[in-house]
Amino acid sequence: MARIKTLQELFKRYRRPGDIVFATLFLVFSVFLLTQVPGETVWAKRTKWFAQPRFWPTVAIGGMVLFASLHFIGSLCSQRIPGRWREVGFWLKSFEFVAYFLIYVLLVPQIGYLPATLAFTLFLCVRIGEATPLNLGAAVVFSISVVVIFRAFLQVKVPAGHIYEALPDGIRAFALTYL
Amino acid sequence: MELILSSLSMLAHWDVLAALLIGSIGGVIIGAIPGVGAAVAIAILLPATFSFEPIVGLTLLLGVYGSSMYGGAIPAVLINTPGTAVNALTTYDGYPMTKKGQGHRALSLAYSASFFGGMFSILCLIVLSPVLAMIAPHFGSREIFLAALMGIILVVVAHRGQVFAAGMLACFGIFLNTIGLEPAKYTKRFTFDQSWLTSGVDLIVVVLGLFAISQALLLLVDKEHQPGSAKVDGNLFSGLRELFAFKRVATVSSSFGVLMGMIPGVGEFTAQFLSYTYAQKTSKDPDLFGKGSPEGLIASEAANNAVPGAAMIPLLALGIPGEALTAMMLSVFYVHNVIPGPQLFQGKLDFVVALYLALFLLNIIVLIFLLSSTGLLLKIIQIPTRFLGVMIMTLSFVGVFSLRNSVTDCAIAAGFGVFGLVLKRLNLPIVPIILGMVLGGIMEVKLRSAMARVHSPLDFIDRPIAAILFIAIILILVLHVRTVIREHKVRLEREEDTSETSTQQG
Repeated sequence: MARIKTLQELFKRYRRPGDIVFATLFLVFSVFLLTQVPGETVWAKRTKWFAQPRFWPTVAIGGMVLFASLHFIGSLCSQRIPGRWREVGFWLKSFEFVAYFLIYVLLVPQIGYLPATLAFTLFLCVRIGEATPLNLGAAVVFSISVVVIFRAFLQVKVPAGHIYEALPDGIRAFALTYL
Repeated sequence: MELILSSLSMLAHWDVLAALLIGSIGGVIIGAIPGVGAAVAIAILLPATFSFEPIVGLTLLLGVYGSSMYGGAIPAVLINTPGTAVNALTTYDGYPMTKKGQGHRALSLAYSASFFGGMFSILCLIVLSPVLAMIAPHFGSREIFLAALMGIILVVVAHRGQVFAAGMLACFGIFLNTIGLEPAKYTKRFTFDQSWLTSGVDLIVVVLGLFAISQALLLLVDKEHQPGSAKVDGNLFSGLRELFAFKRVATVSSSFGVLMGMIPGVGEFTAQFLSYTYAQKTSKDPDLFGKGSPEGLIASEAANNAVPGAAMIPLLALGIPGEALTAMMLSVFYVHNVIPGPQLFQGKLDFVVALYLALFLLNIIVLIFLLSSTGLLLKIIQIPTRFLGVMIMTLSFVGVFSLRNSVTDCAIAAGFGVFGLVLKRLNLPIVPIILGMVLGGIMEVKLRSAMARVHSPLDFIDRPIAAILFIAIILILVLHVRTVIREHKVRLEREEDTSETSTQQG
């Protein structure tokens, strides 16, 4: 009994709320990957082990399963701090902002980089409750600077918006190149 | 001499100098804003630098890398919030000094110690480069494989108390790198018949997600906490003089920084831990540590600033990144078709020296900037954290989307953003994933080419450097096991009071 207790002590660590949820999910994910190794990789004929396409994925996933199991055991042995589901809730809340981000990504090729960026920063300012005139002004200045620095000055590859095609002749070329 | 002249001529272009200036001053500002570290900034800037000349892009990123820790000391000292993670130790002694009304003394010492550390590491680099140029060609495939393996092992065991987590995340990184079409037999690996997985998972997409987007999400979802305001008066130059009184601590700490920077997988935290312990043990006033000791402050800042320069050594000489930021820089080299490794030291030594000189200039620019505009910086750092989240999110988009205008990349990056958020909340390390991706790729390629000439297992380590690396790996593992057993025994002895802060495990 004393021996088991000693072993348990060895795995003890500081554990944050939600730790075990992550440890479980990661272990399940690793085991899932391990079951997929035969189907998703190839064992080539007349090839030595070190040149096998399957070799490194197997090493990596083997390591994941091993360490994830140990991490999981560590989580089980350590003292729990309450607040597990509140923490998971915090993780899930981030998906709201991921959704806004992806909408922004889809909007850029449609309405153009500058309008989409303005819309994104202004909307987020309102959403996070920081819509003071100062912050909104700052968001406008920030958006314009980002577009000017990256698209006009550094010439990074961001497609021009479809909407720019509808602009009058004089501005259209300018908008297509710089905004 | 000729070498230095030709390197200087590489730097003497307006675009290189502009990159140096923007990088160094930008780095200080970014470092000073709590919540944005050099990693976030470099991840965002990375794709933008692809269109530059290699020396321009690298100078810009080096500027951000080398100067962010200077800036990070400001909020650490004045408002007890480290600007970047590596300034956390600075708060221990910096903030108590501020509370005693010695804010300007603490800041000035922090700047001076940082400057000393930075310069010391560059001098070491310049002295060491001829030696490196001599040794580097002896690194063949098997030596590089062993060095990369050592890097992975070190990054795992260096995460004391989180070794299992670091191990599983490093393996996850190696796995991520294997996804897609592999180049030797042209078979698909883990693509699940999805066309978007065939080209693999891009390192930069992962980096942007794990570092930048996760930070933005964290700032957006968390409660608002605006950094407090602070003011500093007095002469900031005095620290340079005071540093002389502590030159022993500064030199030893910088040496630890250089050593730990050179070893892949170790980095700032170990260097700081060693220097701080040394400074405390040898101090005449050890009780003052943690309550406002100038020596503690110097140990922390000199050690962390000596690392970036030294971390360039394994990167340039062997093509092996020692931590996340140099791993990101490795991709810049590749994009510009400059392959770091032994050949770079033999064929393009002027390029290497030019990078060192850029680092040298950077430290001077940063010191001048800091001594003259700390007051201004204190205003900038008061950006509301959630607004900062909006800014990082917007910039992350440019970073990911400009790579290849792919919506899928953005979605993958966002996915890694959520993953990074979970890791950050659970206090689990992110760096092993990045190093796993980069070093895993190196190990796969190098093992394949090394084994072609190896017939028996002993052949693998029959060359001197390979043998030394192999012994080092065994030593690291043995020492780690020994430390774990010893810590475990100590903990069992005082079993009652080890509740939640106990340091774990093997």
